[in-house]
This record gives sequence, C-alpha cells and structure tokens, in this order.
Amino acid sequence: MKPRHKRIAAIGAGVLVLAVGTALVLNAFQSNLVFFYTPTQIANNEAPQGRSFRVGGMVEVGSVRREGVEVRFVVTDTARTVPVVYSGILPDLFREGKGVVAQGQLGPDGVFRAREVLAKHDENYMPPEAAEALAKAHEKGKAAATMPGAAR
Amino acid sequence: MASSDSGNHAPGAPRRAAAGPLWLRYAAPVAFAPLARRMTPWFFAAAAVLAVAGLYIGFFVAPTDAQQGEVYRVIFIHVPAAWMSMFIYLVMAFWAAVGLAFNTRLSAMMASALAPTGAMFTFLALWTGALWGKPTWGTWWVWDARLTSELILLFLYVGFIALQAAIDDPRRADRAGAVLAIVGVVNVPIIYFSVRWWNTLHQGASVSLTAAPKMAATMLTGMLVMTLACWMYAIGAALWRVRAIIAEREGDAAVEEQSGTERGGRTT
Repeated sequence: MKPRHKRIAAIGAGVLVLAVGTALVLNAFQSNLVFFYTPTQIANNEAPQGRSFRVGGMVEVGSVRREGVEVRFVVTDTARTVPVVYSGILPDLFREGKGVVAQGQLGPDGVFRAREVLAKHDENYMPPEAAEALAKAHEKGKAAATMPGAAR
Repeated sequence: MASSDSGNHAPGAPRRAAAGPLWLRYAAPVAFAPLARRMTPWFFAAAAVLAVAGLYIGFFVAPTDAQQGEVYRVIFIHVPAAWMSMFIYLVMAFWAAVGLAFNTRLSAMMASALAPTGAMFTFLALWTGALWGKPTWGTWWVWDARLTSELILLFLYVGFIALQAAIDDPRRADRAGAVLAIVGVVNVPIIYFSVRWWNTLHQGASVSLTAAPKMAATMLTGMLVMTLACWMYAIGAALWRVRAIIAEREGDAAVEEQSGTERGGRTT
C-alpha cells in the first residue's frame, strides 16, 4: 500500500464515520428538527404540551372568519383539523386551500392561539391562465367523480 | 472542473511538464497558469451573454406566477445561486480531498480558488431568499432545516477561507483547509434533502432529476439559462483566482515566463 492509498482510505473512512455520526445525531434530534406539527400529530399528542410550537397544514376552504381584529380559521392535513385564532396581519399569500404555518400555543379548549402566521408556498409555479385551466379541470373532475354518487 | 481540459493546442506548455500523460500535463501549477489566463475571458464572456439572455427571459418573457405575482421572479437568481452554493462546495471538497490524498498542489489551489465564489453564491441565495420570504411567507428568516443548513454552509465557506488565511505556511494551510472542507461535505446532502426529511417552511424542490418540473416551461428555461450563466461565471472566477494564487505562491516570474523550471515539483 502506497502512502497515497493509505491517505485515500483514511479520507474515505473519515467521511463514512462522519456521515454515520451525523445521521445518528440528526435521528436523535428528529423531533427538534421539525419546523411544524401537523394536526394529526397534535391529535396524537406528539406536539409539545404547555409550550409554544408551530402547527402547519392547509387552511380549510370556507373556514376563515374575521371577528373584528381576530381571524379564525381551521388548519387541516385532510385527516385531522385544528382550529386557530389569530389577531394580526396575515401574509399576502394566506389563502383558503393554501399552506400555512402558525406559531403559538394550544389552549385547553383545543383552540390554537397563534402569535405569528406564515404562508407556506408550494413548489408549483405557473402562469395565472394555467392555474385557471387547472382549477376548471379539477372542478370538472370533481363533478365527474360525484356523478355516480348523485345518480345513486 | 477546469483542469480536466486536455488543451491539445498549448503553445506555452513547458517542456518539462510535457512529459507524462496528456491529462497530467497541466497538473503543474506553472503550466496551468497560462492556460487559466487564456480561458478566463471566454468563460466570463459566456457568463455575461447567458446572464443577459437569462435575465431577459426571466423578467420580460416568463409569465407572472398565479399565486405569488411578480415577486416569484427572484427564483431566476435565488435558485441558480442556491444550486451553485451546494455544487461548488462539492467540487471544492473534491479538489481538497485530491490535494490531501495525492499531495498535488494545484488541486489544493483550486479548492482555495473556489471558496470565495461559493461563499458569494451562498450569501446571494440567503439574501435573495430573505427578500422573497418577507412578501410571501411573511417573515425575513425562520430557523427551519433548509435555511439553517444553508447558513451553516456559509459558515463553512467563511471558516475555510479564514482557516487558510490564518496559517502562514501554504502547504499546512492546504491540509488544514482540506480537512475542514471534507468534514463539511456532510452538510450538503442535509441542505438538499432537508425539505424532504423534515417539515420545513421552505417548499420542496420544483425541479429535480427524478420528477417532472413543477413549473411553466418559460420559467424553467429562464432558470436553467441563469444556472448556466452562474456556471460560466464560477469557472471563470475560479480560473482567474487560481492564476493569482499560483502567481503568489510560485512567484510571478515563473508564471509570466511560462517556463517549467525545476520548481514544477512533484505532481504525482
């Protein structure tokens, strides 16, 4: 074995050990690395109790109600939901049916009191015309899907 | 990336270095310097042309985004910068590892030459991301996995530069920097996969090798042209900088005369 082969082996072994170590550490801190909890995780009591955390999901369509300075809406991950109450300025991209991340505390009544609301953008970029066409196609698809149900 | 050029027409190639396989001819720093000097303007010119084309597509041809409006146009700088920040780190760590393993000086110099460009792209990605984050998310900065790991990448670049600058002996500086660069490599997959491994505020990848792009074709074109421009700029800047490093370490005279004296040294 030439010295340079030894050095290559040492570098390779070093990177491998480091990668395994990092993987273990990240795995151990898994719960601290999540930026937000989903409503399902909250329902399963996986969210921290009695301290501030973030809840993330979609704003349920038709759930946004404004009562004076307060805004009430429901965050859903399509399986479970969490009602949220917030008073403050909402980001421009806060829309029904779009992603949202709210930071605050879960009250004893099961209502999440948010101190900060952030919009979570998705990875799709398209011109407005394409979005419109997509929405229309979606509506059509929905109508087609409910048709057999309606006939029954 | 640069020294892979076989350069079969090199009038200034030194006699001594001409021995050995063709692809190793330019492994000697003094032989590589003139080649780097000749190639630099071409890469910068290509970068300028591509950047003008990419920005034109990005700002005038690409349509408005349905959700975000005009603010999405930051992706034409943000995404290429973020890609480059990760890719340059991998290239830098590769050269650092080659330098450490084979004791080649040019590899270590390439690593040093790449670091400032990588740091610049990392800063650009973080900065443009913050500018985009305020109007879309509603905040300049959050400590989610993607943003935090990208910030660590910036610290790695800056740490690499600072460590090398702090050690006077260039060979020892190369070795110390190489170890840091190689250790930091674990961070790159963490950045890339953070949006998949954990819940993050940052959205997932719109463009990847494994799935169809989730964006309109003109937007994608603009982004890819800008990415090419960034590539050309990065290569040009690295060559320009590596030539300066060679001149500094080997002496201006050796580089100017383009003569491979006995200083050419061991190149494995």
